[in-house]
Amino acid sequence: MPKVKVPRKSTNIDMTAMCDVSFLLLTFFMLTTKFKADEPVVVQTPKSISEIKLPDNDIMSITVTKDGKVYYGVDGKFNREKLLKKISDKYNIPFTEEETYAFSLTSAFGVPIPKLKTFLDMSAEDRKNATQPGIPIDSTNNELGVWIINGRLANPNYRIAIRGDGDCPYTVIKRVISTLQEKNVNKFNLITNLEARPKI
Amino acid sequence: MAELDTSQGGGHKKGKKKRSKKASTRVDLTPMVDLAFLLVTFFMMTTTFSKPQTMEINMPVKSTTGETSDTKASQTMTLILGGNDKVFWFKGTPDTANFSTTDYSPNGLRRILIDINKSTKDLTCIIKPTDKSNYRNMVDALDEMSIVGIKRYALVSDFASDETKKIKNL
Repeated sequence: MPKVKVPRKSTNIDMTAMCDVSFLLLTFFMLTTKFKADEPVVVQTPKSISEIKLPDNDIMSITVTKDGKVYYGVDGKFNREKLLKKISDKYNIPFTEEETYAFSLTSAFGVPIPKLKTFLDMSAEDRKNATQPGIPIDSTNNELGVWIINGRLANPNYRIAIRGDGDCPYTVIKRVISTLQEKNVNKFNLITNLEARPKI
Repeated sequence: MAELDTSQGGGHKKGKKKRSKKASTRVDLTPMVDLAFLLVTFFMMTTTFSKPQTMEINMPVKSTTGETSDTKASQTMTLILGGNDKVFWFKGTPDTANFSTTDYSPNGLRRILIDINKSTKDLTCIIKPTDKSNYRNMVDALDEMSIVGIKRYALVSDFASDETKKIKNL
């Protein structure tokens, strides 16, 4: 029987083209990506079929955790500084430059205004680990309303997004929504997870 | 492609042809591609998940005059969101209507809404979450409205005395 000779081929493949493609993709994703801001709490938002995307900027977020704590945050470093200035004028709490800088880097927080100064004085590491009591929303001491009003004064284009945990009690959401209505904010967004539209 | 033509190299120094050692300039690009794809994967993962979906809610302006918009009782359906993922619903006015209980499963609330939406023209749905319900219940109920295609719905949090009484018995 004659031996079948398999011709030996070089296994060397020119990787250049592949390299080109992968770096092209890499550049594209690097330029389009926008990193998630680190959130102080983990919130599991409920699912909905709504496909409206949240705009990238000018967002004022109200986060409600599972145990009913309320966190508040705005985007934009410059707007955060403006907001803190307004709060400091209103409550007569002078903030140092370092504190203002720390605030301008905070994406969301849940401390009452009187405790804000000590919160901002902490080191970045401590601030991350500190337990935050949440922003008061009682009708007697509704600081959330104060933040909303002053946030809108700092940037009138802010859209309001509520990021609520699915398991948080409705009473808290009711307070948040009625606070928004008191401040004449009747249009807002609820952040949800996408779910496929069921067939009916 | 990755090879450079080196045959012409060497230069002509002092007119004397100097033969340079021919070394292959072929570089193995495989690790580089590996790294590039690793980074591509990383950036792909971080981008797709960073844009959240939202539901837009328009609440009516809180009027100081107590002005309300009335709807016909025959065209009104009320959903009361109770605790433990239960929904109480009735059609018409709370004093005369029969209350029923259902849940958020596709065969529960959705089936009822589809049936009623078919049989009633210009149906208005009123969603009343109780203090026992949670946020997910509210979002689910609002979501059912868009799934079923009910155009007119409202989120209300005042309860008629008949309603609170009748829920207790269910």
